[in-house]
Amino acid sequence: MAFTDMRSWLLDESPASRSQARWGRIFRISLAFRSNTLAMVGLVIVLALIAMAAFAPWIATHDPIAQDTYARLRPPSAANWMGTDELGRDIWSRVVFGARITLAIVILVAALAAPAGLLIGATAGYLGGWVDRVLMGITDIFLSMPKLILALALVAALGPGIENAILAIAVTSWPSYARIARAETLTFKNADFIAASRLQGASSWRIVVGHILPLCTSSMIVRVTLDMAGIILTAAGLGFIGLGAQPPLPEWGAMIARGRTFILDQWWVATMPGFAIITVSLGFCFLGDGLRDVLDPKSGEKH
Amino acid sequence: MATDTPFPDAGPQTARKRGGGAKRTRKAALRLGGIVLSLIVTLLGLIAITFFIGRVVPIDPALAVVGDRAPKAVYEAARVQLGLDKPLIVQFVNYVQAVATGDLGMSVSTGRPVLQDLKEVFPATLEMATLGILIGIALGVPMGVHAAAKQGSWTDQIIRVVGLAGYAIPAFWLGLVGLAVFYARLQWVDGPGRVDIAYDGLVTPVTGLMLVDSLLAGETDIFFNAIGHLVLPASILGFFSLAYIARMTRSFMLDQLAQEYITTARVKGLPERVVIWRHAFRPILVPLITVCALSYAALLEGSVMIETIFSWPGIGNYLTVALLNADMAAVLGATLLIGMVFIFINKLSDALYNVLDPRAR
Repeated sequence: MAFTDMRSWLLDESPASRSQARWGRIFRISLAFRSNTLAMVGLVIVLALIAMAAFAPWIATHDPIAQDTYARLRPPSAANWMGTDELGRDIWSRVVFGARITLAIVILVAALAAPAGLLIGATAGYLGGWVDRVLMGITDIFLSMPKLILALALVAALGPGIENAILAIAVTSWPSYARIARAETLTFKNADFIAASRLQGASSWRIVVGHILPLCTSSMIVRVTLDMAGIILTAAGLGFIGLGAQPPLPEWGAMIARGRTFILDQWWVATMPGFAIITVSLGFCFLGDGLRDVLDPKSGEKH
Repeated sequence: MATDTPFPDAGPQTARKRGGGAKRTRKAALRLGGIVLSLIVTLLGLIAITFFIGRVVPIDPALAVVGDRAPKAVYEAARVQLGLDKPLIVQFVNYVQAVATGDLGMSVSTGRPVLQDLKEVFPATLEMATLGILIGIALGVPMGVHAAAKQGSWTDQIIRVVGLAGYAIPAFWLGLVGLAVFYARLQWVDGPGRVDIAYDGLVTPVTGLMLVDSLLAGETDIFFNAIGHLVLPASILGFFSLAYIARMTRSFMLDQLAQEYITTARVKGLPERVVIWRHAFRPILVPLITVCALSYAALLEGSVMIETIFSWPGIGNYLTVALLNADMAAVLGATLLIGMVFIFINKLSDALYNVLDPRAR
């Protein structure tokens, strides 16, 4: 009984309070999201990645960096689910611990690039005039650069390593966020509620941070989720070339690079981490697509 | 506003005074002028970024030349010779001048001018990427059209999965698996490199494109051998452009097929083939050209990963070797070249869009 009460309270067409409206919106979005099978698959994959990263020591069957030269290059078996590499390390355990690195990379890149792009785009859109022209000019220049090559050159200059790889990927990925934030800002820059808070004496900074940025978040979340796959692939590529995570870190791209020599006879060394990359990238793609369907303002009226 | 406005984008007001056709050509010319201007600005931006990257390097360039045991006077002389004693802005202007005249510095690892190295390696990349994009267009466009025409069918589902796979599979991993399967197991294709070692250096480079050069020299053996080496890496590149092109073609076609003129054509009793290829496909040609151009630019960039796998002596391999040797002149030179080609193709597709699309005119 309480459940149906709850449901009708959430789905009330004329909410009586702010919190009821907010919870109702979240409930409606989650209903729409749950009916999308691919999006749910994506969500499960991403949650599994997070769980793997959080509980890595309990999920892994072996120590990810302990070497056992007697057990070199063993094929997948009951003891070593994904086989062992050339130093006798269990590949499954390394893939599990690699989830931590992958998750850290995507979170840090998103945490660096999204706020930077958001702030730049919202400022440009809100202030307009020459500020807009200069900021968007710089954004456009960055947008028309080859991202991977730029990241490669940056890491080469800063020195190989996972921190520099994260920094380089963030530097190449903020411009698309700035573009979105500016476009969003322009749509409600002249809205009455912005004019109202301006008349109350709010500063530009306060309006941008307090009123405009929160309205950009949903399209930003969608965009960042869709970009995750690209970030994972770039980070793995840097690791593969040897510029990203350094040994003995179990980074998936670097693991593929190590397996390169054995690809003809011990195929599992290089292919297993690849499957991990593909699964996680697909997961973020599905999740992003699903989030776009439910959060995109253009299709939002349907829900 | 004066007619000789320095800002091509600000043209409509002046153009409006003229009549009919002249106005239109003028508007188009102004827009193309705008694209050229943005091309120049973007190229300068690229040079500024590589300049900046060159300055971030923790290695002191002067120290790299003279070694860390050199006396202070020698070190100072090297600094002056490299122009490092001048203000940053002067250094930048000098750098732009050097790049504009083709002086990209000397590569530490090959001991030759970077530009000369790039001239030798670039055709190999161009050859692979061009074949890749041809495969991508030849398969991707029909797949996208088919998926849209049969929306929801099992072929549509497969094509959608292929499209997503293009976003999720690392190119270097697919290259490795491709080598293991098609070269080692099935032996359908030849292995890494551009030709067999026995044929290496037999063809004098004229264009640098192995397929063209071997035909010019009349060496059909080498031609077919080169195809055997080229087909796998090009197909893998082609797969990524196919995934993107099919995805975009499908969504463009779905937009068109939902329009009323398509319903009209169907009600008139036109065969479905005519409705799809003659009516719906024609209007998406222009945006498709842009998509293909973008994909081509992306392939030139993406070949970096593929080349390391296939020991392909192209710019990607050159770049990765330079990266690992911290050979910054070579790294920045290769970055500049790839960036310039990338930007140029991007702007060219913008310009084509403006010329071809009647609504943009």
